[in-house]
Amino acid sequence: MNTVLIPSPLRSYTGNRSQVTAAGASVAELLGDLDRRYPGIRFRMIDEQDSIRQHIKIFVNREQVKRIDAPVGASDEVIIITAISGG
Amino acid sequence: MATKRPQRASGASLLVGTRKGLFLLAGDSGRRAWRISPPHFLGHIVNHAVLDPRDRRTLLVAARAGHLGPTVFRSSDRGRTWKEASRPPAFPRAPAGETGLVVAHVFWLTPGHPAEPGVWYAGTSPQGLFRSADGGDTWQGIDGFNANPMRTAWVGGLQEAPPDGATLHSINVDPRDPQHLYIAMSAGGAFESTDGGARWRPLNKGVAADFMPDPDPEYGHDVHCLRLAPSAPEVIYQQNHCGIYRIERPAERWTRIGEKMPKAIGDIGFPMVVHPRDPQTAWVFPMDGSTVWPRTSVGGKPAVYATRNGGASWQKLAQGLPAKDAWWTVKRQAMCADARDPVGLYFGTTSGEVWASTDEGKRWRCIARHLPHIYSVEAAAG
Repeated sequence: MNTVLIPSPLRSYTGNRSQVTAAGASVAELLGDLDRRYPGIRFRMIDEQDSIRQHIKIFVNREQVKRIDAPVGASDEVIIITAISGG
Repeated sequence: MATKRPQRASGASLLVGTRKGLFLLAGDSGRRAWRISPPHFLGHIVNHAVLDPRDRRTLLVAARAGHLGPTVFRSSDRGRTWKEASRPPAFPRAPAGETGLVVAHVFWLTPGHPAEPGVWYAGTSPQGLFRSADGGDTWQGIDGFNANPMRTAWVGGLQEAPPDGATLHSINVDPRDPQHLYIAMSAGGAFESTDGGARWRPLNKGVAADFMPDPDPEYGHDVHCLRLAPSAPEVIYQQNHCGIYRIERPAERWTRIGEKMPKAIGDIGFPMVVHPRDPQTAWVFPMDGSTVWPRTSVGGKPAVYATRNGGASWQKLAQGLPAKDAWWTVKRQAMCADARDPVGLYFGTTSGEVWASTDEGKRWRCIARHLPHIYSVEAAAG
């Protein structure tokens, strides 16, 4: 089971929790599990072509991943961050 | 077609979509005193919010946040509680090695025909058409448009977008036939389907497209807003990037009725509103489409213009509006009419004000101010 840190724009899905758990051997699997636990959260981060949306950044053990097929280890920490943008 | 009866004088209600959330305005039966709700979805871009006229309880909201993807929120109790669509509008996954389309915004919402309860249509940016058969919970693409081999030619490609992005909007369902649909695009033009969206044909003859080399192209036009006359759906009006037009089907050629507007004002604008019971009466809100397209009120003097004779002549309606120094404008889905008698008219401005008239535009009053940039205003009678 992995620890996942949730940014404030997505906490409406997690009952306002900033830290949750989810499991998966890749970012895609982990986000799939996250979406089963918190329905709707995945599509706000990942578009229909499976690309990470422009203003979402995902880190596995503090290394940014650019694709959702990136591997995730059993005890890796996953951090989801919303980029500084907008106005 | 039977003339739609005036709505009884119960409480009035407006749904105001803004760049920073949704606001509900509740008016008294005289439409004089208005209360504004706290924001719903604060911080979300709300492109459109629409009440289902078939049950008068279901509300759908097209939203996205700056960081997060687009979605649709649903309420079955007029906004007291909300649920998110379990499957928002999304294009199909592209085959490996190909680039697929991505919905950036759900831009427009239209309830389906009264004979099809639960059916809704959505238009997106980039131009896509979607349908829900379960009250907006799950959405499917209409392949007759989205997967049409002509789609890319119709819409002109991703790079040719107007300032706020390329959109499919103005989804109109013929009240006489649920299979008969009209859509409009900015850019792409107006299109018609008579089989529920399986096949589409352009409907743009006579409409100018001065940004294209061909003086009379079949498609590619920039429709800003297209509306069927509710009491005579064969009568259609459109406010276009290149003027105001009217057509009476089965005619195929539009007539530029905006040529009868005062030359100093011109016939450029975003919204188009048609009287609920009189197909000869329509309203527009002109903006400055000269030189570099400032898109403000003309000369800083906002005014609504009305025709009572199908566009043969136009009348300025500005009593109560600022006489000068008001440089806002009104977006394409930010102006609407209610079904009362006399008709109430409402518009929201890019500067965050909502203006109302209870006498079909003769006199105007500001009923809300200090809101964020307004994208949409829809009447939602009780």
